[in-house]
Amino acid sequence: MAYNLKESVKKPERLAGGHRMCAGCGAPVVVRAILRALKEDDHAVIGSATGCLEVSTCLYPYTSWKDSFIHSAFENAAATVSGAEAAYNALKRKGKITGDTKFITFGGDGGTYDIGLQSLSGAMERGHDMVYICYDNGAYMNTGIQRSSATPSFADTTTSPAGNVIPGKMQPRKDLTLIMANHNIPYVAQTAPMGNFKDIYAKAEKALYTPGAAFINAFAPCPRGWRYETPLLMDIIKLAVDTCIWPLYEVEDGKLTVNYKPRKKLPVEDFLKAQGRFRHMFKKGNEWTIEQFQKDVDEKWERLLSMEEN
Amino acid sequence: MSKRDRLSGNEAVSVAMRQINPDVVAAFPITPSTEVPQYFASFVANGMVDTEFVPVESEHSAMSACIGAQAAGARTMTATSANGLALMWEMLYIAASSKLPITLAAVNRALSGPININNDHSDTMGARDSGWIQIYGENNQEAYDNFIQAVRIGEHPDVMLPVMDCYDGFITSHAVENIELLDDDAVKKFVGEYNPGESLLNRKNPISVGPLDTVTHYFEHKRIQAEAMKNAKQVILDVAEEFEKLTGRKYGLFEEYMMDDAEVAIVIINSTAGTAKETIKGLRAKGIKAGLIKIRVFRPFPVEEIAKALSKVKAVAIMDKCDGFNAAGGPLFNEVTSALYGRADGIKAINYIYGLGGRDVSVQDIATVYDRLLDIVNTGNIGEVYNYLGVRE
Amino acid sequence: MNKKDKLNLGNDVNWKEISPGGVINEPGNSDKFKTGDWRSVKPVWIKENCKQCMLCFPVCPDSSIPIDENGKRLDFDFDHCKGCGICAEVCPFSAIEMKDN
Ligand code: SF4
Ligand code: SF4
Repeated sequence: MAYNLKESVKKPERLAGGHRMCAGCGAPVVVRAILRALKEDDHAVIGSATGCLEVSTCLYPYTSWKDSFIHSAFENAAATVSGAEAAYNALKRKGKITGDTKFITFGGDGGTYDIGLQSLSGAMERGHDMVYICYDNGAYMNTGIQRSSATPSFADTTTSPAGNVIPGKMQPRKDLTLIMANHNIPYVAQTAPMGNFKDIYAKAEKALYTPGAAFINAFAPCPRGWRYETPLLMDIIKLAVDTCIWPLYEVEDGKLTVNYKPRKKLPVEDFLKAQGRFRHMFKKGNEWTIEQFQKDVDEKWERLLSMEEN
Repeated sequence: MSKRDRLSGNEAVSVAMRQINPDVVAAFPITPSTEVPQYFASFVANGMVDTEFVPVESEHSAMSACIGAQAAGARTMTATSANGLALMWEMLYIAASSKLPITLAAVNRALSGPININNDHSDTMGARDSGWIQIYGENNQEAYDNFIQAVRIGEHPDVMLPVMDCYDGFITSHAVENIELLDDDAVKKFVGEYNPGESLLNRKNPISVGPLDTVTHYFEHKRIQAEAMKNAKQVILDVAEEFEKLTGRKYGLFEEYMMDDAEVAIVIINSTAGTAKETIKGLRAKGIKAGLIKIRVFRPFPVEEIAKALSKVKAVAIMDKCDGFNAAGGPLFNEVTSALYGRADGIKAINYIYGLGGRDVSVQDIATVYDRLLDIVNTGNIGEVYNYLGVRE
Repeated sequence: MNKKDKLNLGNDVNWKEISPGGVINEPGNSDKFKTGDWRSVKPVWIKENCKQCMLCFPVCPDSSIPIDENGKRLDFDFDHCKGCGICAEVCPFSAIEMKDN
């Protein structure tokens, strides 16, 4: 059925209010969008890596999850949920349970790109029928804004501080979405909550209802770590997409499709200048950082477009 | 009801796993436990069980997958050794604090470094305070019997804790010995069905597992966990009694060998107990009142029972196949001496670290320990408490 | 995990009554925890401007825009709204205004 925002909002809310995420956080927006794609009758087992989302949504004796939820540790969310999925297969085969259960794992970029990459890779390679969603906010936010391998170049974080000599993080981001695509699993997508949420909803639906392992990388701004005013969440996301810093694309059975090509590709400055973490890039003498950032984004975008054609 | 066979310890434990037919097994290979998942994978491949076998990419993920599976309501098992157990460390604590009765075949091997694949107890001894029940077995028969009982112990409503079935790498895991196996049906009946009240897959009552626990609740959760470990002692005895009715094989918290009139004794764990029993036979032939206690249940530690069992001896040597690096003694020594304190004071106790990294221990080596104990009894002079047996001086 | 008891939400629950293993068996009970008092500014819904386009609904991080059975939005859930202002920023019809709390 074609996506319709007005229809999708009628579905029961699966993430309750009263969680302790910061005001304006992008992660719960991602979570709500993904969970809305579940069929109403389906039960979900949702796992989370340690991180902001987990400590804020499941703080004893309160949980925001209306489905079943499990957290065990930081680096192993995919492995943990893969065990639950194996249990489902076994108990279903033995006739001990009925109904459909979907398996979903959330992890921040720390729990996904870095400490959890091994267990993610393992779970995806084994082909468990589960969806792993990274809510990428580009740093270890829960411990206080330390750089991760998802942190963009030159970002000022507490472990890649912009100083007089070193202008923030000196390495480019790891391209996790393509790494996951190279696992040759049935479905991989990069998305962001945007506009009427069609892109993220459609991708979540495909990921959930394509049998086998699926991976979604979702852009999830963090107002505290990125230093912008909370009302600007959706503007920041739009800028990331329109500058091609965060392209929206999917890889279905090996075929890559770029889902959104901005009519006018905006300069990276538009994204950078909106956030305090990049402020030092606009200082005199640091012009090269913006040039390099632009060059890097351009190259990656061109490469992505060429991958679509091939 | 039973049949005789010749199997290695690993084969025996994998047969137990097949007979139990668990819902999920998640494991990663490491010497000397590798054969357990190998045998089990062949049972899966040949349709002899209807288990989901999850060949994970690390031991950390093995224990994580076990946690996810057990929390989802599945009876779950794994096997590992040494560094594999060390890599699971973080998750061992989480399995226990989440009250998930996972069963683990812990095939004892020296923990790196330096890397060494042979037997000692540094791996499971390191995990002794992780909240797991630990049951040790001298040979393949005990490893098999303990594994079957472990399921019942862990899943008991008063307990709900994970259990390690510990047995010695190579010496027990690989050596083929006679064994009496139960019939498949008898094992199935003995372990019964696993039906936890709450689970992730109970869609009528969704639950959240593994919350952030602040200062307001963390302590109470640890306290209720500690109570489960206390409860485990009686459950272990009850399950053993039921098992004895089925098999005729008697198990307790520890085995007492020639302890009735013993004046000197050693306390030891696992396969070296077999060697020590030979030593004792020789000593008894010479009229020396030597005895032995072989620990079966290390967690929970049978404090009162050990104190009582040792109360009549004059001197005891506690044998650790693992150093403690506290500059004072090994972990078993600490446990036994603190059990004696205030319960059976005045018994002269010394410690020997032995067999590290697979170093052989002979009947004669153990005899030197008894010689030392006799000397202490005769002279009243205890001398060095913290000793090494079999290291080149 | 073997008990199905009523979860004690009190801060004074003793160890015998606390849920074993920390299991929470009340799905979505965080709605009993009011995050509304985090707010320094609050959204005000100007009903007459609202076209029920629903663009505000998915952007709320705090599930604080309730929907009725006909799929129409209702006034904000001020028990949980943290006043981030995202909804006001996306509303194309000036139907949400941020005001001092
Ligand atoms: S101000 Fe923020 S929290 Fe409140 S309703 Fe709007 S989007 Fe939700
Ligand atoms: S975005 Fe504005 S017009 Fe649309 S439903 Fe929300 S308040 Fe009404």
